[in-house]
Amino acid sequence: MTRSAIPIRIQHVLNSVAVEVESLRVHRGGHVVLPDLSTTVRRGEVTGLLGPSGCGKTTLLRSITGVQQIHGGRVTVLGEPAGSVSLRRRVAYSTQRASVYGDLSVVENLRFFAAVLRADNDAVTGVLSTVGLGGQADARVDHLSGGQQSRVSLAVALLANPEVLVLDEPTVGLDPVLRRQLWDTFDEQAASGRAIVVSSHVMDEASRCDRLLLMRDGELIAEDSPAALLARTGTPDVESAFLALVDSNASTVCS
Amino acid sequence: MSPAVTWAVTHRVLTQLRRDPRTLVMLLAVPCALLGLLRWMFNSNDAMFNFVGPPLLAMFPFIVMFLVASVTTLRERASGTLERLLSMPMGKLDLVLGYALAFAVVALLQALTAVALTVGLLGLDVAGPVEALALVAVLDAVLGTTLGLFLSAFAQTEFQAVQFMPAVVIPQILLCGLFVPRDALPGVLSGISDVLPLSYAVDAMQRLQESADLSGSLLRDVTVVVAFIVAGVALGAVTLRRRTP
Repeated sequence: MTRSAIPIRIQHVLNSVAVEVESLRVHRGGHVVLPDLSTTVRRGEVTGLLGPSGCGKTTLLRSITGVQQIHGGRVTVLGEPAGSVSLRRRVAYSTQRASVYGDLSVVENLRFFAAVLRADNDAVTGVLSTVGLGGQADARVDHLSGGQQSRVSLAVALLANPEVLVLDEPTVGLDPVLRRQLWDTFDEQAASGRAIVVSSHVMDEASRCDRLLLMRDGELIAEDSPAALLARTGTPDVESAFLALVDSNASTVCS
Repeated sequence: MSPAVTWAVTHRVLTQLRRDPRTLVMLLAVPCALLGLLRWMFNSNDAMFNFVGPPLLAMFPFIVMFLVASVTTLRERASGTLERLLSMPMGKLDLVLGYALAFAVVALLQALTAVALTVGLLGLDVAGPVEALALVAVLDAVLGTTLGLFLSAFAQTEFQAVQFMPAVVIPQILLCGLFVPRDALPGVLSGISDVLPLSYAVDAMQRLQESADLSGSLLRDVTVVVAFIVAGVALGAVTLRRRTP
């Protein structure tokens, strides 16, 4: 793996806000998915977006990358409105399903997307080794396993060295060794000043994040570091913390 | 606009087509087989073959390329790669133009094969130069491509895309002058026929069949077909949406 040049660990760069979501409202298919959501994502951190399937994680991620039609509020990324022309190289998005061409080989996919992103061949070689697919470079994508396909998709997201990396469930179906490897990659990327947003419905991945956004039914129920969250709820793991928060919210509503 | 990106799209689409030899063979062979069938039908009637041959030479590649182009772009939409590309520094026009160029290469091969077969082997008798006939046939196939690229924006599923064939292509076939001469159609239908691209494609083919000199009317027909091609690419780009519901 090529380590980027020594990251400039200047406090204000690392902790500056990369994404600001203000009162975001999104409807999809006639119902409200996100009624009114506000949050921030900072550079230099891995932000985990956790919540059950169907709670609006993907819609929030799509809004940050600017591919989602929104119905209220504002999403600002690196100081520009989400989806601005100038952000198309600086923000990368990898969807839940591998968005790559099954009838092309791994390296053909990467070369094509590299051309679109104006990235060079070194970038292709670099991301191949980052996601551990060097040995499968010439294999057709639809001959690979599901986990390998999502790594191809992740590799595309890494091609242009984006400042904001938005990943929707990137570790689903991966073996634990590779999963750890990818989380190490996310840490490295964050350490060099990037903002990483990773969604997952697997609560045990939460401990690898610097900050957690817990989501349920389109609303954020908590926004904290894993340690602070556990301390506040007095629970041993994030799953229990999630349940404790849901229970306390329910009792607030009932009382 | 970036020629490098346009070329990357063209190259990628052609590589994908190469991976699917069965489709490629069918693209080239099906129009030829249909024209062979037509010759056989009119085995003892050269005049009839000469009358229906040129319009169908315009039509078969048009239909095939229309279907292929709309299904391919729909596949791009369904696989999530379209959304991914549109979140990247990818010009909408680069994407549509890249597709159009890739299919134009296929259209070129297809139309040239069909013309060579029909004129060379099946004995279609045309008064005009064969090169002009080939050029018009290629343009017709490209026209089908760009129309398919544009209309696929309105289809959410493959089923809907395939329905555009009877909805959009068959009326053009009925009104293009093959069954009833265009000026003998009822007033309203004649007017509709005047705004449909296939009418001009077929007119151009018929003119080449009938007369040796390249008249101004032929030039007008070809210009209209080219204008529809350009409009198809432009509208195809305009109707792409970077933000979706």
